[in-house]
Amino acid sequence: MLRVENLFKKWRDFRLESLSFEVEKGEHFMILGPSGSGKTLLLETIAGIHKPESGRILLEGKDITSLPPEKREIAYIPQNYGLFPHLNAFENIIYGLKLRKIPKEEIRRRVDQIAEILEIEHILSRNVKNLSGGEQQRIAIARALVLKPKLILLDEPFSNIDANLKGKLMKEMKKWRKEIRFTAIHVTHSFEEALYLGDRVGIMIGGRIEQTGKISDVFSRPKNDLVAKFLGHENILEGEANGNILEVEGLRIEIPKSAKGRIRVVIPPESILISKEKIVSSARNNFKASVQSFEDLGAIVKLKLSLGGINLSAYLTRASFLDMRLSEGEEVYLSFKTTSVHVFE
Amino acid sequence: MRDYFSIFFAFLGSFLLLYIFIPIVLTISLQILDLNSLTNALRDELVLSSLINSIATSTATMLISIFFGIPLGYLLAKSDFYGKSFVQAIVDLPIVIPHSVVGIMLLLTFSDAILDNYAGIISAMLFVSASFTINSARDGFIGVEEKLEFVARTLGANRLKVFFTISLPLAMHSIITGAIMTWARAMSEVGSILIVAYYPKTAQVLVMDYFNNYGLSSAKPIAVILILICLFIFFILRRVARVKG
Repeated sequence: MLRVENLFKKWRDFRLESLSFEVEKGEHFMILGPSGSGKTLLLETIAGIHKPESGRILLEGKDITSLPPEKREIAYIPQNYGLFPHLNAFENIIYGLKLRKIPKEEIRRRVDQIAEILEIEHILSRNVKNLSGGEQQRIAIARALVLKPKLILLDEPFSNIDANLKGKLMKEMKKWRKEIRFTAIHVTHSFEEALYLGDRVGIMIGGRIEQTGKISDVFSRPKNDLVAKFLGHENILEGEANGNILEVEGLRIEIPKSAKGRIRVVIPPESILISKEKIVSSARNNFKASVQSFEDLGAIVKLKLSLGGINLSAYLTRASFLDMRLSEGEEVYLSFKTTSVHVFE
Repeated sequence: MRDYFSIFFAFLGSFLLLYIFIPIVLTISLQILDLNSLTNALRDELVLSSLINSIATSTATMLISIFFGIPLGYLLAKSDFYGKSFVQAIVDLPIVIPHSVVGIMLLLTFSDAILDNYAGIISAMLFVSASFTINSARDGFIGVEEKLEFVARTLGANRLKVFFTISLPLAMHSIITGAIMTWARAMSEVGSILIVAYYPKTAQVLVMDYFNNYGLSSAKPIAVILILICLFIFFILRRVARVKG
């Protein structure tokens, strides 16, 4: 329903660079990225506040790139919710309805309906400055939803919420989202929000959407090392591939598919086996390494290993770590299966 | 241990404080001892009409400064344009020009059209006092969070609607403060009015007239009335400022 094609925009310290993605009707699309990646600028460009230097934005097949924000039927909820401080909660919610000269009874009906679902009936007459973060969030969402917009843009909606309340509010958002079907683009830097609320995700880094897809797919199969790094994947290696062999700093690693030239791979730390003796197994990738450091994570211990010029992370259970009596600088053997190596396209 | 530093600074600082405060208190006190001349002044038709002239022209000046000052203040707050700092400098210029010079410049520019009439009084007042409205409107609009205006637009308001329903109400407090300052500044203007419009008589010019013709004791009652009016306005201003502040 929304299609963003090859968007370019520079604004203050932020930029969008040949940015493209698509959102389906009724979906909760997450844009996940580190701060400074231009997520807010993207939302505000979709809302029509900024004109892109080039590229197109299509809403339900119609080119809206040059439409002013008030003609787009896209609601925007900024990070601090943008409630109008000179109006009370009810007046905030009906702001857009009044502009559209909707009859009073109809306004009342729509507000009642939304207020019941969002459970805000009791705060409608309150001054918005005295509302909690969660209450402000709902008023802002109600103000957007009463207009029945085609698309809702949410900018970090949980960033002003106490950590201990966040879980509860996310759960509730999931609940009322089912009652009021709407399409949303939800910008966040929190994996938790993305995993819990998102249908699909776009990973945004440095002004580009690097990868889009179903949340589970993107998290388990990052398209490139940028995405992998952002998602917290470790052990990303770059080297020269020749057939099924990748050479990294003199190390020859067998990879699951044939490639040629410079490529990058990731070896998930949890797929690496560690032993004090040479490992006899079917795994084709066996190396000798020295323990650089270890980090106690409770049930597991994370090891930093050095193999010639490269560093790899690996995990040991606490029991086997104590069993092996490892110390820094000690030599160990490590192995991993060829099929556990993930090659970036 | 005694805080000699603060005591020393308070001692030096109190000089200006007393310097401003004592003449005001003294003048009013002297008048309280001489209520007769105050009631006489309030029965003097020339005094009354000149007071009305002052208040009416100051109010007109304030309204004109609001009507033209708000759009200018808005642009200075929200837009980036070539020559913006030049525009800002022009707005601030009247503060540094001697007021007798302002009168001369206005006469050279508008000649007979403003000579000795209400338009002359108002144009002199406007020149020296409009900056207050423009600058506080600008500050008011700077204080309006940009995101609120963005949101209002996505909710269906065009730029003019956003201005009237969001920006203006939120900047209103600052604009009112500036408008009252403009009013007070207009009320206290003498130099340029003397040159442009000696007549119709305004109270601030009449004080000078009475002093020149009849001496200090005749000027005093009108002076006190003017002080009281200005103090009254000043306290309203502080009130307004505190309500929001």
